[in-house]
Amino acid sequence: MIRTLQMDISPRVFKVFRRHLTVYRRNWKVSLSFNFFEPLLYLAALGYGLGVYVQSIEGLTYIQFIAPALIASSAMFSSAYECTYGTFIRMEFQKTFQAMVATPVSMDEVSLGEILWGSFKSFLYGSVILFVIFVLGLVASPWALLVPVVLLISGLLFAALSMIWIGLVPNIDSFNYYFSLVITPLFLFSGVFFPLSGLPAIVQTLAWASPLFHVVNLTRGLVLGDVGMNLVWDFVWLVVVAAILIPIAIHLMRRLVIR
Amino acid sequence: MEVITARNLVKDYNGFRAVNGISFSVHRQECFGILGPNGAGKTSTVRMVFGFSPITAGELNVLGRDVTRHAREIKARLGIVPQENNLDPDLKVLQNLLVYASFFNIPEREARERALEQLEFFGLSDKRDAMVDHLSGGMKRRLTIARALINDPEIIILDEPTTGLDPQARHTVWQRLRQLRNRGVTLIMTTHYLEEAAQLCDRLIIMDHGDILDEGAPGPLVERHVGAEVLEVGQGAAAADTLLKQFHKQIRGHLVVGDNLTLYPLNGRELLARLQDLPHQFDHYLLRPATLEDVFLKLTGRGLTE
Repeated sequence: MIRTLQMDISPRVFKVFRRHLTVYRRNWKVSLSFNFFEPLLYLAALGYGLGVYVQSIEGLTYIQFIAPALIASSAMFSSAYECTYGTFIRMEFQKTFQAMVATPVSMDEVSLGEILWGSFKSFLYGSVILFVIFVLGLVASPWALLVPVVLLISGLLFAALSMIWIGLVPNIDSFNYYFSLVITPLFLFSGVFFPLSGLPAIVQTLAWASPLFHVVNLTRGLVLGDVGMNLVWDFVWLVVVAAILIPIAIHLMRRLVIR
Repeated sequence: MEVITARNLVKDYNGFRAVNGISFSVHRQECFGILGPNGAGKTSTVRMVFGFSPITAGELNVLGRDVTRHAREIKARLGIVPQENNLDPDLKVLQNLLVYASFFNIPEREARERALEQLEFFGLSDKRDAMVDHLSGGMKRRLTIARALINDPEIIILDEPTTGLDPQARHTVWQRLRQLRNRGVTLIMTTHYLEEAAQLCDRLIIMDHGDILDEGAPGPLVERHVGAEVLEVGQGAAAADTLLKQFHKQIRGHLVVGDNLTLYPLNGRELLARLQDLPHQFDHYLLRPATLEDVFLKLTGRGLTE
């Protein structure tokens, strides 16, 4: 186990990352505008639409409450899509990984490059939403400048989690299950739309196991300027879980591609 | 000088033995062929050579180093042309070469120079800004070979370099490969095209079911197993025994494939004349030069494309 989790990583991993960046530079405008369109719809429908009927939550209007959480959820979705469909298409249909590992790049660097890329997309799309809610006057504190750091870590975590799914169920149809069984429940029950304090204790305990719950705590706390030690623990939770998931993802991908 | 040495090389996939303890060596500046039908273990063999597949057992040295321990250093000195095109469809033609060069840590300016040089050599200069998916099959193949040359490799490994190409595109690829060979690049190629092996390879091994059946230069291999010519006797299988008994002095060997009989004559013209004098005439006679296919048929009892 120790041996298989050992990783063969060199700075060449950034060459893999740069390949993704080179591709992205060709279509970033389209990709970016589509990806921030959806959170904007949520913001408009729920914040401005539903929000009218929702009494204030913890002293906040509904749009103030959900806006910072949508940064977290859109960041989760962007790395989850990238490191399921995106990664799988590159691996299975384009054989890009096979081409890369015929060079001095190792399979572990290919996988880590994918994870870094997924993290970068989380960072990028989350930051775009942050900027939008800033323009809408929904950012209350300069602590919000730390949000991108949170996005990078949560991106690593969700990228690794998604690639673990590929490693276990390497089939493009299975990604539907990943989204309906893992990502959507996280999206609904991690405190994005309503505070979990009103729910039974068991749900609150389960929420603690949700990565998105911690990301939402962080983005909301930082955007609203409500910071304290609890946020440090949320951050530590994310770092530790990401550090555990990344080597597992890399190991499973190696097992899948190298035969 | 040997650039690749394999000893008792074995590859298993989940209990299936793809390569069954083979030994071979490749010399510097030769074109070395691995000939065999689909499933013979050719691709498994070359995948081990370029460090993609871990070896199950045996020893494999490439450029004086053990592949298991020095995969990265070895891969830096190889050029790989895989069986499936795996050009990057998300990138343009020139970008494909530049990004690939970056994986070898080749400085950008040098990479660009080399990439443009390769595009020129492979007749792809006017396609440099095209998307890969807009290229023809032959162009994609040439680009894949150009990509394999970007790090100025000491050995180029080609897995079925012309499979799926039309005849003209195939000849263009062959011409380029011959030019590379003349420049002193060591080539290793797998193929199930006999003509390809005969045209390009200085030396080859014939593989089937994970084993090496024989090895040598194409000409001597044919000479040793079959001779200079073969005489095909259409629907002659039934009469094989009679003919062989009657003409045993003129025949050094034979092979029955389906209902056809193939004779290995000592003197083709003479034997053909004798056969045509027989009262019973067969479906057809064909006297032709012996090829590697005849060797393969003789060694395995079946054709390469079966």
